[in-house]
Amino acid sequence: MSAVIDSHHDDHHHGPAKGISRWLYTTNHKDIGSMYLWFSLIMLFIGGAMAMVIRAELFEPGSQIVSPEFYNQMVTNHGLIMVFGVIMPAFVGFANWMIPMQIGAPDMALPRLNNLSFWILPVAFGILLSTFFMEGGAPNFGWTFYAPLSTEYAPPTVTFFIFSVHIMGASSIMGSINVITTILNMRAPGMTLMKMPLFVWSWFITAYLLIAVMPVLAGAVTMMLMDIHAGTSFFKAGGGGDPVLFQHIFWFFGHPEVYIMILPAFGIVSHIIETFSRKPIFGYSSMVYAIASIALLSFVVWAHHMFTVGMPIAGELFFMYSTMLIAIPTGVKVFNWLSTMFKGSLTFETPMLFAIAFVALFTIGGLSGIMLAIAPADFQYHDTYFVVAHFHYVLVPGALFSLLAGAYYWIPKWTGKMYDETLGKVHFWMSFLSVNLTFFPMHFVGLAGMPRRIPDYAMQFADWNMMVSVGAFLFGISQLLFLFIVLKCIYNGKEATNEVWEGAKNKGFEWTVDSPAPYHTFSSPPSLESLKTSS
Amino acid sequence: MSDSSYYVPESSKLPIFMAFGLLLFVLGASFTMNNWGEEGSNAHWLLIASFAVIWGVMFFWFGSVINENDSGLYSGQLNQSFVWGMAWFIFSEVMFFFAFFLALGYVRLFAVPWLGGEGEKAITNILWPGFEAAWPLLVTPDNEQFPGAHHSMAIPEISKLHTWLPFWNTLCLITSSGTIALAEAGLRKGNRTAFKLWMVATLTLGYIFVFLQGLEYYEAYSHMGLTLGAGIYGTTFFLLTGFHGFHVCLGAIILTIMTIRGFGGAFSHHDHFGLAAGSWYWHFVDVVWIFLVLVVYIF
Repeated sequence: MSAVIDSHHDDHHHGPAKGISRWLYTTNHKDIGSMYLWFSLIMLFIGGAMAMVIRAELFEPGSQIVSPEFYNQMVTNHGLIMVFGVIMPAFVGFANWMIPMQIGAPDMALPRLNNLSFWILPVAFGILLSTFFMEGGAPNFGWTFYAPLSTEYAPPTVTFFIFSVHIMGASSIMGSINVITTILNMRAPGMTLMKMPLFVWSWFITAYLLIAVMPVLAGAVTMMLMDIHAGTSFFKAGGGGDPVLFQHIFWFFGHPEVYIMILPAFGIVSHIIETFSRKPIFGYSSMVYAIASIALLSFVVWAHHMFTVGMPIAGELFFMYSTMLIAIPTGVKVFNWLSTMFKGSLTFETPMLFAIAFVALFTIGGLSGIMLAIAPADFQYHDTYFVVAHFHYVLVPGALFSLLAGAYYWIPKWTGKMYDETLGKVHFWMSFLSVNLTFFPMHFVGLAGMPRRIPDYAMQFADWNMMVSVGAFLFGISQLLFLFIVLKCIYNGKEATNEVWEGAKNKGFEWTVDSPAPYHTFSSPPSLESLKTSS
Repeated sequence: MSDSSYYVPESSKLPIFMAFGLLLFVLGASFTMNNWGEEGSNAHWLLIASFAVIWGVMFFWFGSVINENDSGLYSGQLNQSFVWGMAWFIFSEVMFFFAFFLALGYVRLFAVPWLGGEGEKAITNILWPGFEAAWPLLVTPDNEQFPGAHHSMAIPEISKLHTWLPFWNTLCLITSSGTIALAEAGLRKGNRTAFKLWMVATLTLGYIFVFLQGLEYYEAYSHMGLTLGAGIYGTTFFLLTGFHGFHVCLGAIILTIMTIRGFGGAFSHHDHFGLAAGSWYWHFVDVVWIFLVLVVYIF
């Protein structure tokens, strides 16, 4: 008996369109989320290749393989790509996939805008990368593009750089308006703000930060554009302006930007730790307040990036203390994660391994951050490899590890297939060992005085640098393994169950739907009752 | 809240065309600026083409939103998404202006006084000995490269206030915020005549503002030596008033379209979000102007 049960077709249960038009015209949050994730993975390998060039050049002292001019272009574009092209889009990809599912919404609030937010990103990065083939070469003034390096002394391609930053900013602002509107307006009935999953909370605040500071970045690059092409004197002392003004505006954007790249990571890691500890998260509301305090404080700490620029002493003190204050909410989060694991029945699947490594290694980055916050000490550390070590610890074993952890955690839900657990663990251990080999010795050479952003260095730093380079090459290879694991999972993975993880029971709407999640998840909002614990 | 489900468009060609328009815009704008003044450069055609694509896509995009709304696809919840979306968009615009106000504040409070020797251990005064800090800054430190203006735009004595364009500008803009509120109120009460009348009044005031602003720029360039290259005073003056004026123009375009639609019979007393959003935008440019008059012209 095979009677046709349902021949009725409702618009809301269409599958995806076929071929390339599915991706070009899509309004589906899952399609767009996947595009964001693939885009950032591709950019990870492009930006990573630039890091490999940098480490190959620094393998030994002396000029090795690239010219100093090209080295500067590598350093600049490595930073720009990793910040704007990898970490940020990857988190937006997670937001697209997970937020509607976690709050029980049918899709993002503004689906067409969502598609536009994604598709202008390849435009921006296509233009940025094309500057390598233009006269004068790619931008070479560092990812912080300080004036006057980026104005009076910049290559002509800086104009393309400025407009591509505008486009990246527009993408982030539109994406964030979408996220924040979705969260405010599309939650399932009964899901009050303080019942939202922590990943949703972290993105709520991240989106607010993005809408607040990306326009300031747009203002900064617009001032550059005017100084270069219209004869204005924002950053020219001869006309009464000040190059230091650029640094203030840039870091007013830049410091909240740092938290934009880590707050969603906090959300992801919180979910993973509670799942694999088989306990609810410890201190949910303090987690929320901690994220909010970090976000608010991030607006009043920017000048700690410029202690050596010549500020009045009152400014140095203010920014030193306000920066140190951030350690308190961050500490609350770290201890909450530890308390969640405390007396939990832990298992160590790949997502959990990455999440635990995140907690440990992000804390190292946080502690070196406190060292850097101490204004008098920063006069010694400023612009050395110690700073490079610090921010790579928070961005690589911090943000990037959380992304990898989240990818392993949710990929069964995305694809309906399990990844290869053994290979996942190999990937973790290779990444964990090589990331420390890469970035830990940078603390030593930095404290010993090795300056950042130079293609050559004094002989006494040779041994550590060689180790760092070996670590970097290993880390690069390890991420190729990740690509292989993802492809193997998609094409050859075992079927995943709906709940996927034993500990995921009652831990969110996403685990109540099929694996893979249906193309349209909730045409009518789910009930919070379905998540009540059975105990 | 309506009980119909949340409308998710199945797919749309609009965003990818908009992305293409932005690609043309970036290429066109960058090549035009980099090749400025060069013989035979035709990059500006790329820029013009990009405007055609962008405005064209916007026409069809808003058109399809209006059609979907008219055919009853939008629930109350979806309309609420538009409300949040517009509110956060305006917040992002506020922050864009904040960057320029921040620049003005930093220059006036720190950079210029330090160049003049003020401040404990300030050393920038050794760059141009003899430079005297003042605001409005009419003599720049390097007055050959950045020849300062002869006059500033600062507020004159009270008896000459009527000769001062920003006075009339302020009057226009603040009044127009009132008239658009009256237009909305008329629409809500179902009085379409009042609605149309006050919309036309708002637009008239808006266009007068744009005209006066243009006149002021003409005066600045032709009689006062106040240019973009006149040092930091001209820089901040033109960038702040310029971006504000640009936003007034955008607001005026939005309201013109809303007025035309209104005359064509669009909007009802309970369903007129396009007009409401335009009106919020208009209030936003008004508030920015008040801050601008205070810190750019008066204090």
